[in-house]
Amino acid sequence: MRNSTKLMILAAMAIVFILLYGFYDIKGGFDYAFPKRMLRVTAMIITGIAIAYSTVVFQTITHNRILTPSVMGLDSMYQVVQTLIYFFAGSMSVWVLNKYLNFGAAILAMVIFALILYRFLFRADKHPIYFLLLIGMIIGTLLGSFVTFLQVLIDPVEYLSLQSRLFATFTNVKAELLFISIGILALAFLYGYLIMGKLDVMSLGRENAMNLGINYDGMVMRILILSSVLIATSTALVGPITFFGLIVANLSYQYLVTYKHSIHILGASLISIIALVGGNFLVEHIFELRTTLSVIINFVGGIYFIYLLLKESRAAG
Amino acid sequence: MIEIKGLTKQFGKKPVVEDVTVTIEPGTITSFIGPNGAGKSTLLSMVSRLLEADTGEVLLDQNNVKKWKSSDFAKRVSILKQANYLNVRLTVRELVSFGRYPYSKGRLSAADEKFVDQAIEYMNLADMETKYLDELSGGQKQRAFIAMVIAQDTDYILLDEPLNNLDMKHSVQIMKILRKLVDELGKTVVIVLHDINFASVYSDRIVALKNGRLMKNGPTSEIINSDVLREIYDMDIPIQEQNGCRICVYFNSHT
Repeated sequence: MRNSTKLMILAAMAIVFILLYGFYDIKGGFDYAFPKRMLRVTAMIITGIAIAYSTVVFQTITHNRILTPSVMGLDSMYQVVQTLIYFFAGSMSVWVLNKYLNFGAAILAMVIFALILYRFLFRADKHPIYFLLLIGMIIGTLLGSFVTFLQVLIDPVEYLSLQSRLFATFTNVKAELLFISIGILALAFLYGYLIMGKLDVMSLGRENAMNLGINYDGMVMRILILSSVLIATSTALVGPITFFGLIVANLSYQYLVTYKHSIHILGASLISIIALVGGNFLVEHIFELRTTLSVIINFVGGIYFIYLLLKESRAAG
Repeated sequence: MIEIKGLTKQFGKKPVVEDVTVTIEPGTITSFIGPNGAGKSTLLSMVSRLLEADTGEVLLDQNNVKKWKSSDFAKRVSILKQANYLNVRLTVRELVSFGRYPYSKGRLSAADEKFVDQAIEYMNLADMETKYLDELSGGQKQRAFIAMVIAQDTDYILLDEPLNNLDMKHSVQIMKILRKLVDELGKTVVIVLHDINFASVYSDRIVALKNGRLMKNGPTSEIINSDVLREIYDMDIPIQEQNGCRICVYFNSHT
C-alpha cells in the first residue's frame, strides 16, 4: 500500500471519530451540547497535532526513538512554573489572571529548561540511552517532589485553584487559550514547512548533515525551541499526557515506511487525533466515564514503552 | 586550494593536533597516514568544519572555512566519516539522493537524478539501488555512502578511512574509482588510510602525522622510504618494488 493511501485511511478514520464524537447520542439541547463538544474536539485535535509534531522532531534531533520531550521531564516544568507562580504571586496576581502572561511565562520556562537539558545531556558526550532515561526519570521525580513541597506550603484554597490548572482535562478546556494555541500551531507549521527538507537531512546524523551544508547545531537549537513551544501549548491546554507522543510517533514510523518528516508528522498527527477523539468517545459513551483517557493512555503507553525498550536493547546488543 | 595553517586542537588538556601546516594540492590524491592516535581524523574533521580548531585556520580559496556559507561550502567540500550508523531506514538510492541536497534542497531535478544515477553506476550499486541499507553487507553500505559523496559533486572529497570493513576486491575498486575521480574529473581527494600500501600505490602525495604533529609532507616517492617510515612508525619497514609499485613488507618486521 502506498503512503498516500495509508494517510487517506488515517484521515478518514479521524473524520469518522470526529463526527461520531460530535453527533453521537446527542440528546436534549443540540444548541447547548454541540458547541461544547466541538470546543472539546478542537482542543483534542490541537493537542494531538502539537504532541505528535513535537515528538517527531524531538526524536530526530536526539536520534532516538524512545526519548520524548515529556519523558525528559519537559512537561513537569509546566507544573513547576504554575506552582511557583501560585507560591510567590498567588491566585489573584496578574500572572494568573492574565492568561496570556501565564501562558507566555510557562512557554519561556520550558524552552529555557529544554535548552539547558540539551546542553548538558546531548552536547557534551554521547551517553547511552539508559543513562538518559535515568536522568529523565530523576529530573521528573525531582521536579515532582519540589512541586509537592511547595504545594504543601500553599494556602489550601489557593491549592485548589492551582490543582484545577495542573490537572486540566478535555472536559475543562480553556476556550481563550484555544485561539492562541491555534495561532501557535499555525506558526509552527509555517516554520515546519520551511525546514522539512533540513529535518530529513538531519536524520542522517550530525556529521552527514553538516557535510550536506546544514548548520546542524543552530538547527538543533531552533527545533528544540519549536518542540518545547508545542509541548507547552498542549500541556497548558489539557495537562500532561506522558506516553502519548511516544506511541503515536512510533506507530507512524512502523506504519508509514519513509524517511520523510512531512509524511511522519502528518501520519503521527492523524494517529493522535484518532487516539484522542476515539479514546474520549469510548471513555464518555462506552465506559460511561468510569475511567479516564489518561489512565488508558498511560497503561497502553507504558506497555508499548517497555516493548520499545526491549526491542532497542536487542538491536543495540 | 585548501591551506591548513598552524592548526591546533586539544581535547581536555591533551593536544590531539598540534600546529599543523599543510597545503592540499588540487587535482591529487593526498593520503594522511600515521600511527593510531596521530590526529589524522581530527585534522580531517577540522578541514571539513565538523570540528572547530582551537587555533590556526583552514583556508579554501583564500577564505577561512568558517566564513563560508554552509550551503556553498557543501558544494565545494564533502566529507565522509568512518562510523555511519543510521537511525532511519533508507534505500541505497534514497541515501545517494541526499548527496544532491546542497543543490536540490530536497526537490530533485532531472539533472540531480542524473548525478545520482552516475554515482550509483560509479560505485557498482545499480543492481541494489532499491535495497534498504540494513539489508546490505558492511562493504556494500560503505560503497553506498561513498556514492552519496560522489553525487554531491564537490571539488574536494575528504574520506576518513573509507576502506574499513572492505575486502581486498572492494578496497581496490574504491581506490581505483578515487583515482578516476582525480584523473578524469579533476577532483581533489584527501583520504585517511591505515594500509600504507594503498597509500603508496594510489596517492600522489602523503602527509604523515605522529602524536598530533606533522612529520612529513611530500610526494609519495619521498615518503615511502624505509628511513622516513621508521621515523613515523618506529619500526623497520623494508620496501620492495613490484611492477613499478613500492610495497612495504612490514608483516614480519622487528618492532
